[in-house]
Amino acid sequence: MTYHRSLADREDVLGGVMLAPALAYVILLVGVPFVFAILLGFSNATAGSLSFEWAGLGNYIAILGDPIFLRALRNSVVVTVGSQVLVVILATAAAQVFRATFRGKRFARFVLLLPWAVPVSLAAIAWTWIFDSTFSVINWTLKATGLLHGWLYWLGDPALALLAIIIVQAWRIFPFATVIVLAGLSSIPQEIVEAAIVDGAGFWRRLFRVELPLLLPVVAVAVLFGVVYTATDLGVVYILTGGGPANTTHVLPTLAFQRGILGADLGQGAAIAVFLLPFLIVVAIGMLRLAHHTEVGGAR
Amino acid sequence: MKRVALYAAALGFVVFAGFPFYWMLVTSFKQNRDLYVGASDLSHIPWIFNDPPTLEHVKLLLGQTDFPRWVLNTLVVVVAVAVITVAVAVPAGYSLARLVGRWGERMGMGIFFTYLIPPTLLFVPFSRLISLLGLQDSLGALILVYPTLTIPFCTWLVMGFLRSVPWEIEEQAMIDGYSRLAVILKVAPRLIVPGILTVVVFSFTLVLQEFVYALTFISSVDKMTVSLGVPIALVRGDVYHWGALMAAALFTSIPLAIVYNAFIDRFIQGFTMGAVKG
Repeated sequence: MTYHRSLADREDVLGGVMLAPALAYVILLVGVPFVFAILLGFSNATAGSLSFEWAGLGNYIAILGDPIFLRALRNSVVVTVGSQVLVVILATAAAQVFRATFRGKRFARFVLLLPWAVPVSLAAIAWTWIFDSTFSVINWTLKATGLLHGWLYWLGDPALALLAIIIVQAWRIFPFATVIVLAGLSSIPQEIVEAAIVDGAGFWRRLFRVELPLLLPVVAVAVLFGVVYTATDLGVVYILTGGGPANTTHVLPTLAFQRGILGADLGQGAAIAVFLLPFLIVVAIGMLRLAHHTEVGGAR
Repeated sequence: MKRVALYAAALGFVVFAGFPFYWMLVTSFKQNRDLYVGASDLSHIPWIFNDPPTLEHVKLLLGQTDFPRWVLNTLVVVVAVAVITVAVAVPAGYSLARLVGRWGERMGMGIFFTYLIPPTLLFVPFSRLISLLGLQDSLGALILVYPTLTIPFCTWLVMGFLRSVPWEIEEQAMIDGYSRLAVILKVAPRLIVPGILTVVVFSFTLVLQEFVYALTFISSVDKMTVSLGVPIALVRGDVYHWGALMAAALFTSIPLAIVYNAFIDRFIQGFTMGAVKG
């Protein structure tokens, strides 16, 4: 009984037991596949057979000499950077609007959150219909207002298709960023803002000199998540363009899927996906620095 | 004047964010002869109902497609994933917040970081692993793999949530003679209920949204979830039934939007990781 009693009071034992399933899940089903993902990149594994042979840098040499891969890598960077620039601008502007009180704000907020709530694949199919080559409502509206005289083949032209992808990614992520920036705005000490007003700072001065510098860590969190969500997203490009026309709009995840799963060349698919790591490492370092920053700030 | 600018800006954001959903709504209930008029015909306004609305697309979706089946599949996966996530993440979150001491914060951070490892990096090895386990083309594959996405985030959420729950209630129970284990089994569950609710809701939204693993593992139409079946299997060859497609997208978006609206603040607390001290 005493033994039971003491075991039932040992916090380290209880803590370990309760943590073990989560650690096991994460190690076995995230950690191991992660290592396997990197190893596969150096192998000639295919989906059909169980053979698993070392291929050295073969896959990497193959993809680095492949213009389709280089294009996909470039597209991934362009889409990620382009959409996140849009997200930062839209989110800081939207946060300024949604911190104010106005009639219909609850409804407006509900609508603002829709793009983030909807499944990526369903949003992408809706945008596919909006960008349709024959029935695009955007083209109709541009023509009806006299802004467009020719015709825009949104998903048929490589440059326009990339623009469409950037728009959809920004559309899907800016609500999330807005909510995060709003949370940051509400945590700015009111005294600082009031002091700025007393000192005679106008709206713009207050925004750029006082609030935005204080908001920087929060905007950074929004951007870091935004980078992960955009760079690693498969659904938008897969459904919107399928990598077309003529493989010009592939991003790393869609090309990895095409080669690794559809083409059954697991080794090459894994090697392509490995190029997502730089994006993730940048984000991880950013987050650690932020966490450290706030820890220091909190200790003061 | 300032008010006018505010309303104009708010309207602009609402239009940008909401326009695809308005478009789903209009498309879902338009008659085909109203729907399929080329955009170069400027006399036909696509933004409004030029003919009376119709339910034919909704009837097609519910009666002649596998959509009801996909809803059922999705619900099965949601329930299983939510159960696994609660069973694994809630004790882990409690352990990190209350039991393992000063290691808790760092380990919590470590577990959270695995949330950043995306499906698009892991789907290649998983496709191999799933076929080795004989789970290819089954809901079991999704039920096994989806918790890798929910557990890290939910562990973190529960840990953060417990930080805001005062320790005194549990402390008092121990003073009253409960063992540490008895506190965990009898007192803690009541305190954690709102945290568990958030975990269930997060699992629900994640399963409804996930696309990459579903696309990788599932190939039979009758095993698909909603987010996979609608964009992949509702398109027959090159024929897009846009009315039914948009109705499916709309019906799936509405419950998710309501849930998000209610739980947004709790999710945000998880994402901002203390960068925002609220």
